[in-house]
Amino acid sequence: MTGHILQTLNQQERQLGPFGRGALTDTGLSPWQHWRLRTDEQGIAWLVFDRADASSNSLSQAVLEELGQILDQLLLNKPRALVLRSAKESHFCVGADLREFRNLDTTEAVEQKLLSAHAVADRLASADFPTLAVIHGHCFGGGLELALCCQYRLAVHGARLGFPEIQLGLHPGLGGTARATQLIDPIAAMTMMLTGKPVAATKARKLGLVDAVLPERHLAAAIESALNGRLPQQRPNLRARILNSAPARQLAARKMREQAAEKAMPAHYPAPEALIDLWEKHGSDSHAMRRAEVSSFARLLTGETAQNLIRVFFLREAMKNIAKEQPTFQFNRVHVVGAGAMGGDIAGWCAMQGMTVTLSDQTAESIARAVRNTAILCERKHLGPAEKRRVLDRLIPDLHNLGVRTADVVIEAVPEDLAIKHQVYREIEPQLKPGAILATNTSSIPLDQLRQGLQHPDRLVGLHFFNPVARMQLVEVVSQRGATEEVYQKALAFTGKIGRLPAPVLSAPGFLVNRALTPYLLEAVLMLDEGMAPETIDRAAEAFGMPVGPLELADQVGLDICLGAADMLREQLTTTELAPVPAWLRQKVDDGNLGRKTGEGIYLWQDGKPQKKKEVPEAPEGTVNRLILPMINACMTCLRLGIVPDEDILDGAMIFGAGFAPFRGGPLHYARKNGFAEIAIRLDVLEQQYGARFRPDPGWRKDPDELKGQ
Amino acid sequence: MSYSPQDFTNAHSTRPVYLVDGARTPFLKVRGKPGPFSPVDLAVQCGRPLLLRLDLPAEAFDQVILGCVNVVAGEMNPARVAALRLGLGEAMTAFTVQINCGSGMQSIDTAFRYIREGSADLILAGGAEALSHAPMVLEDEAVNWLAGVQQAKGLPARLRQLARFRPGYLKPVVSLKRGLTDPIAELNMGQTAEVIAHLFHISRVQADEYAVSSHHRLARAQQEGWLDQEVAPAFSNDGEVFKRDDGVRPDSSLESLSKLKPVFEAPYGKVTAGNSSQITDGASWVVLASEEAVQKYQLKPKAVILDSQWSALDPAIMGLAPVLSVSHLLTRHQLTLDDIDLWELNEAFAAQVLACLAALNDADFCRTALGREAPWGTLDRNRLNIDGGAVSLGHPVGASGNRIVLHLINALQRTGVKRGIATECIGGGQSGAMLIEAV
Repeated sequence: MTGHILQTLNQQERQLGPFGRGALTDTGLSPWQHWRLRTDEQGIAWLVFDRADASSNSLSQAVLEELGQILDQLLLNKPRALVLRSAKESHFCVGADLREFRNLDTTEAVEQKLLSAHAVADRLASADFPTLAVIHGHCFGGGLELALCCQYRLAVHGARLGFPEIQLGLHPGLGGTARATQLIDPIAAMTMMLTGKPVAATKARKLGLVDAVLPERHLAAAIESALNGRLPQQRPNLRARILNSAPARQLAARKMREQAAEKAMPAHYPAPEALIDLWEKHGSDSHAMRRAEVSSFARLLTGETAQNLIRVFFLREAMKNIAKEQPTFQFNRVHVVGAGAMGGDIAGWCAMQGMTVTLSDQTAESIARAVRNTAILCERKHLGPAEKRRVLDRLIPDLHNLGVRTADVVIEAVPEDLAIKHQVYREIEPQLKPGAILATNTSSIPLDQLRQGLQHPDRLVGLHFFNPVARMQLVEVVSQRGATEEVYQKALAFTGKIGRLPAPVLSAPGFLVNRALTPYLLEAVLMLDEGMAPETIDRAAEAFGMPVGPLELADQVGLDICLGAADMLREQLTTTELAPVPAWLRQKVDDGNLGRKTGEGIYLWQDGKPQKKKEVPEAPEGTVNRLILPMINACMTCLRLGIVPDEDILDGAMIFGAGFAPFRGGPLHYARKNGFAEIAIRLDVLEQQYGARFRPDPGWRKDPDELKGQ
Repeated sequence: MSYSPQDFTNAHSTRPVYLVDGARTPFLKVRGKPGPFSPVDLAVQCGRPLLLRLDLPAEAFDQVILGCVNVVAGEMNPARVAALRLGLGEAMTAFTVQINCGSGMQSIDTAFRYIREGSADLILAGGAEALSHAPMVLEDEAVNWLAGVQQAKGLPARLRQLARFRPGYLKPVVSLKRGLTDPIAELNMGQTAEVIAHLFHISRVQADEYAVSSHHRLARAQQEGWLDQEVAPAFSNDGEVFKRDDGVRPDSSLESLSKLKPVFEAPYGKVTAGNSSQITDGASWVVLASEEAVQKYQLKPKAVILDSQWSALDPAIMGLAPVLSVSHLLTRHQLTLDDIDLWELNEAFAAQVLACLAALNDADFCRTALGREAPWGTLDRNRLNIDGGAVSLGHPVGASGNRIVLHLINALQRTGVKRGIATECIGGGQSGAMLIEAV
């Protein structure tokens, strides 16, 4: 709740030395595009990073070249000190410009580029005048690596520092692997780089990654203090030096390898091993480590995993772009009808994203459960006590659906029953305020049926969230014939506003994700019936790169939900063959053994974890194809029928909504890599062996380029 | 004490002030440890559904006033904290009022006067108290000892100071207990009830009978759903929902109550835990509006405030003070007891309520204390606290004064009668009373 007075004043908060305060405005003529340099009365040079062609500061080749020129100039004409900071409102630097990481030439060419970038960083690191990085907001990847080249790092409250490279199948590549492990406890540095998790400023101070954490208002005093030698610099302690010795590194590296392998298969994700290897071999020799980092980084970057993960990064950006904020749409209040598992979590998530949310249900106990789950979510996300209280204050129990009247978005999440939903609409529709949208979280009822009986069917749209809402980034935004474009655009913008990625889909049975997942899950169940151990089946899918196997996933989602989806698809897709549902599965559901939520499903569950046998036979050859291809085949059907607009959205949706192996770049990308004809042949073979449910979609035989444009 | 009706000629001359709506939390019995809600948590729990129901823009409100006696350290000026947490915006001025057990009514009265004089149109006025959060405090000697340790310079001095420790220093005092003792009269509130029970010949059995009826009346009101609009369920962060006042004992009987020992003046006293108000957590809000606000936002007022009165007497007989306020109000408006259709007289103690009724009907008392030639007469018990009171639903001190006004509004509406008085005794020897009419 920052009101307009403080908001206005805060525009003058940021200190930019000789450039004044607040936003970087008229700076006169500058020989550089992305940097501004000016020296203050004390002789301190302020170098302000402000990328000209983008709203965020990322490191491109041009940015680094300019920086090199500036450093050359400063080395000739030495200032008393150099302060490096960003003019952007929310961050110091977000890292490398990933656009330059695509469509690369040879590994050698990449190495050459890296070497010149390193030369710039080294020049900064070897400056013989004091250098200070002032860090506010995000300071990631290459940005952090540049900051590490400075002698002091001052973090403004709220700053977050991290090395996210690993999530792109990379490790730091601008000397950061060496500089980080030399500056702080190498285990902590390696952990940061291996997990990719950013740390908050206070944690960074504890680690020694920054020398001070302070509010913006004490910055000038802190800089002066540093220049007078009164600000103690972070230096590695004895423990850190011992940990960087060769025997200690060997020991620690072994442990890191084990832990990294548990998180991600080294065969799929080579970056952790490459990083551990770098440190193990060169941890005590910063120079050698930086040299080795160059070739290691170049190798990773040109490899398939990194390229696919970078593709996924851009898929996410593309989806975010669909959900771009539109100034004419205001989303302040959300009303959620139905405080079941989904409705409750949707409401809690929206409250956490800053919305005022009213949550209605017929029973107060369901709402109470949602309040508790939101409180737990706040804890898990490390919200401070005041922030947590604000979230919970914004989540307003509403036993009488009163919030409908003021809501900008009403989300219906009542049981999947047409009559119940219609009854809810009859109650709430007359109360909707003008301009409000009515969204349904249905996963199985066609929107064409839901809109019947509405006075204004143009307001209805589908917002299909995935379970668990706080972890699954995808929302399928379902259009229906009667909806206006404005309503649909609002739904997309709302999805972005609550930090989720929208996948525009048509109202077709199961939309995209459930339609693609169901054949995969059913096939796994069928394999169980054939006598395979569940662990064997899951392991085969995990070996392909799925985050969890299909049977564990079914247990997580809930067998009742899976069965419901399967029955719905079978009923609505009359021409599509689906694997039969064995009687024992129905029995399990009838007995209330629904999976994780009841403690027993296909697996027994304890403390939220399935109890799996360690020693199980290997899956027979072809198991992976039998599991994965039906899913990919269904994806092709959805693409061919235009249920999703294009391959990129499809791939993004399957990665963010179904967890499809990200390093493979998405199901269609995977199919393209293998060749559509090859996929069709494999499906043909499976069809002959197992029946019509494997019949290849006609789309595979089409010209791939023709499909792409759809 | 003397007064003349002419002193109050302004009472009718200015703008009418309406009571629009209100809501409260369930009153939750303190069960030996801090409850799930702080005072402001409670104020938010009932404030949110009330604001949702009213559907008014935040800017519509001019002010927030909240009564709270035991303010907790993390919520100084709870009124402002509550206003911000309720989303009423940074520009909302808010202050907290404290007059012990009258705080929740003081907030209404202050709002009433602001609106009547024309400086505000819409005010949220409430009361909140979390007696379960009353802190444990150290005796002054213990605090002095601790300060001595911290200030001692050098090891010998520090050791000398440490050696002055007495085991009794470890024994904290529940601040609540101290707060319920009158510092002037040096009597516990329960003892003041003993004093007036004695002076007005209230027996233990009468007090117990009264308590039983309070429980039965509340139980019936809950069962009939008469409190459904008034009480908003409260939701705790750990997933519990509290729907009703939980101190009620529908099976309460004279027999069960007669077994209890006197708590304040054992063994011969009459006041027991069973015939005293319960120690509870709770909050309550009402919305007051001017004629202009009613028009502008198309509000449907439930009642109009006609007048209010505060009075005081010796702290040792604080429980009798409502008689003074009521007497002033009735005189000023030339009303008799029978002209008042419903009464809410806060049940601090059953014996204290009965003593007030006895005083109103006591010729000597009315002559000497109120300057009346004749006593006021008998107050019809069927019009008094018709849905129970603090004995059965508890007395979160800062909230009670607000609750009795809120409930009076709702009870007038439900029974379809017109005029009501809500009044309470206030620790320290004071009382407040409010005369309202259904509209």
